[in-house]
Amino acid sequence: MNELQFLTWVRGPGLDIAVGIFLLGVLWRLFEIYSLGRKKDLSAPRHASGASGVHTVFRRSLPPPGMLKRSPVSYIGGYIFHIGLAIVVFGFAPHILLVTNLTGLSWPGLPSQFVDLAAVVTMAAMVVVLVDRINKPVKRFLSTFEDWFTWTVTFLPVLTGWMAVQHLLLPYTTMLALHILSVELLLVVLPFTKLFHAFTLFGSRWYNGRVNGHKGVPV
Amino acid sequence: MSATLEKGIRVLKEVIDAPIASYFNSCVHCGLCAEACLFYTETGDPKYTPIHKLEPLRRVYEQEYTLLGRLKKMVGLSKAVTDGELDQWQELVYNSCTLCGRCSAVCPVGNDIVYMVRKFREGMSASGHAPEGIKGAVNRTVTVGSPMNVKLPAVQAQMKHVEEDYGIPIPLDAEGAEYMVMLSSMEIMNFPEYLGAVAKIMHQAGKTWTLCSTAFEATNAGIQIGNSDLAKVIVSRIVEGAEKLKVKTVISPECGHAYTALRWEGANLIGRPFTFEVKHIIEVLGEFQEQGLLKTEGFETDKLTFHDPCQLARRGGVIKQQRNLMNQVAKNFVEMPDAGYMNWCCGGGGGASAIEEGEELRLEAFKKKRAQLDAVKPDRLVTACANCRIVLEEGLEHYQMDIPVMGLTELIAEHIPESAPQAAAKPEGA
Repeated sequence: MNELQFLTWVRGPGLDIAVGIFLLGVLWRLFEIYSLGRKKDLSAPRHASGASGVHTVFRRSLPPPGMLKRSPVSYIGGYIFHIGLAIVVFGFAPHILLVTNLTGLSWPGLPSQFVDLAAVVTMAAMVVVLVDRINKPVKRFLSTFEDWFTWTVTFLPVLTGWMAVQHLLLPYTTMLALHILSVELLLVVLPFTKLFHAFTLFGSRWYNGRVNGHKGVPV
Repeated sequence: MSATLEKGIRVLKEVIDAPIASYFNSCVHCGLCAEACLFYTETGDPKYTPIHKLEPLRRVYEQEYTLLGRLKKMVGLSKAVTDGELDQWQELVYNSCTLCGRCSAVCPVGNDIVYMVRKFREGMSASGHAPEGIKGAVNRTVTVGSPMNVKLPAVQAQMKHVEEDYGIPIPLDAEGAEYMVMLSSMEIMNFPEYLGAVAKIMHQAGKTWTLCSTAFEATNAGIQIGNSDLAKVIVSRIVEGAEKLKVKTVISPECGHAYTALRWEGANLIGRPFTFEVKHIIEVLGEFQEQGLLKTEGFETDKLTFHDPCQLARRGGVIKQQRNLMNQVAKNFVEMPDAGYMNWCCGGGGGASAIEEGEELRLEAFKKKRAQLDAVKPDRLVTACANCRIVLEEGLEHYQMDIPVMGLTELIAEHIPESAPQAAAKPEGA
């Protein structure tokens, strides 16, 4: 297989397989989790303004009082790489073009120099949180193979994408093919690893907020 | 696999629901919950990270309720939960967790970790891995009626004392009273001033109230150990008493877990909504204050601070009332750092104070409270939970800090004039 055939495969059958596993995986996992249901709360509710599941879904995006100081790397590093990923994934013009071709949806892209910068900052933030995971006793203690693995499969698409655009190391075609392959790997593992928090965090925050909303505690 | 372990695993399978599944799938191992837990912040030992305390429950979830987990189990790639492991986890699930809920308040993905610890305890208890101290408290509550072996005659003796001291009758089994007042054994044995304070306050407010001879004990060690069957037996006594006496409201005493057990878990334990309301004494005092039924005179002038019981504030939503009440009788009321919703636990909630072998760790964790107190240097410390009070007193004594602790209800009552005008004190229809 030469590099052009490789690119053709990852753009064609490879992408189809990955997107297929991703979509079915997400649906299956969501069903597997939320079909377990829960019991109705029979205690009398106490209403308070600002206390509900929806409130918590939004409010948990901000650090609670005192926490930023206790773990600045987690919060600041976390914000930067999540926002950075969003900019790179949804703001880069060629990505939007791909989505337009697949679904017909379209939105304006961001200047490529800005996306470039965002990619570099994202990678830097990811390296910082990785070092923090190695250095901080609690994080190291909690970490399993999955934590290192999911970091890698999240980092690779950013790195290969950036290298492809910068024409670094390998010919553009090969690097682009590797980039797409790394995204496919990410799509395949996302539903079955902790990366699935991208979906379940909304449910989790809502459940937590719902229980507290029932008690009239705005969290 | 032993029969008790089998039972424990079966119970764990039963308690796993969609929220727990969602929580385990959302955890990204960020470790922020550790920063919220006083057992980690004061020891620096990563094993006290709240989410880690749930590892056996997580594995049962993965092995039983996920496709990949079941596959891994089939081909022998996953490690089954063992008796030895649960034994090791006892310290993490009981001694070093007071169900204070700070972890649930900070988790960025929204995991209600303490909800899971509460459920995990059901399996720990069923598999025989609960600490002896709490087991004893539960047994005494179920058989005698009180975790401290307090029986009705002891309550009656105290009623008599209070009647003599205050000249106010203490109604027992008065049908149709508006309020049924509950006590905790700790108050009956160690803090008799609580009952006198309630009598004085009710007398001034002109409210009808009663104690109940078949249900005076409000604490529920069944909740703390994690045995819903026993918790149900204990709570049913209160429900029967309240329904027999046809009271409108049952008042939970100054005890955090009694409040949670009755207010939030009670109806779910008996499987139907209550026919009466449940309020913490501080909520009732707050209402009296708003309605102008709480007339006090004079002020405390020394520096006072307030320790929020976790189950009342963070887990119970009662946060403003205690502050308004403090300000009614204190000129120099100061707040500790993190006071209110994010207050730090005394270190003895959730049954932890009943665990003898956990004492050393508890005192270590108390350094957090010491730091909070050092920041404001109060003359006295006020709280609204008899268990917090005992644990605080022990900790203060250990660290040689001369700060007396008192209950808020008692503090308020001290400012009610003796000759308070009395409205109708008889039960309706009596």
